[in-house]
Amino acid sequence: MNKYLKEQVLRSSGANVLKCMRCGKCSATCPSYDEMEYHPHQFVYMVEKGDIETLMKSESIYKCLTCFACVDRCPRGVEPAKVVEAVRLAAERQQGGDRLVPTDIPELLDDELPQQAIVTAFRKYTK
Amino acid sequence: METFTYYPGCTLRNKAKDLDEYARASAKALGIELEEPADWQCCGGAYTTAKDEIATKLSAVRVLDSAKSAGRPLVTVCSACHNVIKQTNYDISRDAEMAAKVNAYMQLDTPYNGETTVYHYLELLRDVVGFDKLREKITNPLAGKKIAAYYGCLLLRPAKALAMDDPENPTIMEDFIRAIGAEPVIYAQRNECCGGYITMEDKAQAAKRSAKIMDCAQDQGADMIITACPLCMYNLRKNSGSELPVYYFTELLAEALGLKEGANE
Repeated sequence: MNKYLKEQVLRSSGANVLKCMRCGKCSATCPSYDEMEYHPHQFVYMVEKGDIETLMKSESIYKCLTCFACVDRCPRGVEPAKVVEAVRLAAERQQGGDRLVPTDIPELLDDELPQQAIVTAFRKYTK
Repeated sequence: METFTYYPGCTLRNKAKDLDEYARASAKALGIELEEPADWQCCGGAYTTAKDEIATKLSAVRVLDSAKSAGRPLVTVCSACHNVIKQTNYDISRDAEMAAKVNAYMQLDTPYNGETTVYHYLELLRDVVGFDKLREKITNPLAGKKIAAYYGCLLLRPAKALAMDDPENPTIMEDFIRAIGAEPVIYAQRNECCGGYITMEDKAQAAKRSAKIMDCAQDQGADMIITACPLCMYNLRKNSGSELPVYYFTELLAEALGLKEGANE
C-alpha cells in the first residue's frame, strides 16, 4: 500500500470515505454500473483500504460519467464521484498517463459532434 | 429593459447556434437585454471536482468576476456551462483555500469570492420573467403537443451547488412546457445521464444510455423531447437510434412567442 497515494487521493477528492456505511446505493444508481469492473462503492472501500493502484490500472476510472447521481443519492454524503475523479487524476498525472491525445480527435469527429464533447473529453481524459 | 451578463459558451457559437439565437431573440421579446462580455473563455465543459485543481476553474471565475464588475447577474443557457460556473461559484464561496489560490493567481483589484448571482435561462424565465407573465406573452401556444422535458444531470446535480430545483422531482421544465401552451410528459429517465462525453471514449455506452431515455419518453406518449444541453442533444439524436424528435427548449420558446420564421403562417 502506498500511503502517499492514499493521502493524495483523500486530499484531492475532499471526501470522507470513513462515513460510508456500505449500503451500495451509489453503485445501484450508477448509470455506468454494467461497464465497470470496480463500482462506486468499491472505489470508496478500496481507497479507505489504500488499495488505489489497482483502481488506477482499471478501465473503470474512464467509465464514470460525472453525472453526480451517486453524490446526490448517497445517504451519508460520501461523494463517490469525487473519489473516482481523484483516482483518475492520480493515473492521468503520471508521465504518459493521458487517455486521450489530440491526434486521436480527427477520427472521432462527425458533422454534428458538439465542441462541448471534445473539450469535456480533454478535461476528463487528459492532464 | 433589464440587462444581464450573458455567457454563451463555445458550442453555442458553433454546433448549437439554434440554442443561442432563439435564446437571444426570445429574451429581447420578453424585455431582457443579454450582454455578452468581450473576453469570455470556454468553461472547459466539465467541472473538475478535485480540490488541487485550480487552473481548470479560472475561466469560470473570469466570467463570474466580469459580471460582478458590471454589477449584473450572469445568465447561462448551456447546461454544461451552467454546471461548471455554478459549481465554481459555490466552491469558491465556501473553500477558503481554493479562493486564496485563485485570487493569488488572478490578482484582481478586488478578490472574487462567489458574489455573482447566476441564472440558467430557465431560471430567468421562472424567477425574473415569471411563468405566468410568460404565458401572457405567448402568441402561438403549442397546444396539443406532448413534450418530454429532459433535465439530464447537469442542470440538477449536485443539488447543493446547482440549487435550481428538486433533483429527484424537478418541475421547472414542465412548468415551462405548460407556459408555452403544451402538455408535459413525466417519465422516469428525465433526470438520468445521457452518457455525456463517454461518446468520445465508448460509443456503445452512450448509445445504451441515450436509448434508455428516448424509449422511456416515447413509452409515456411523448411527441418530442426538449433539452438545454448540446451534448445531450447529440447523444439523444445521434447515438440513441430513436426517431423521437429532440429540440432545444429555446427553439420552442421562440416558436411560442411567434418569433420563428413562418411560425404564425
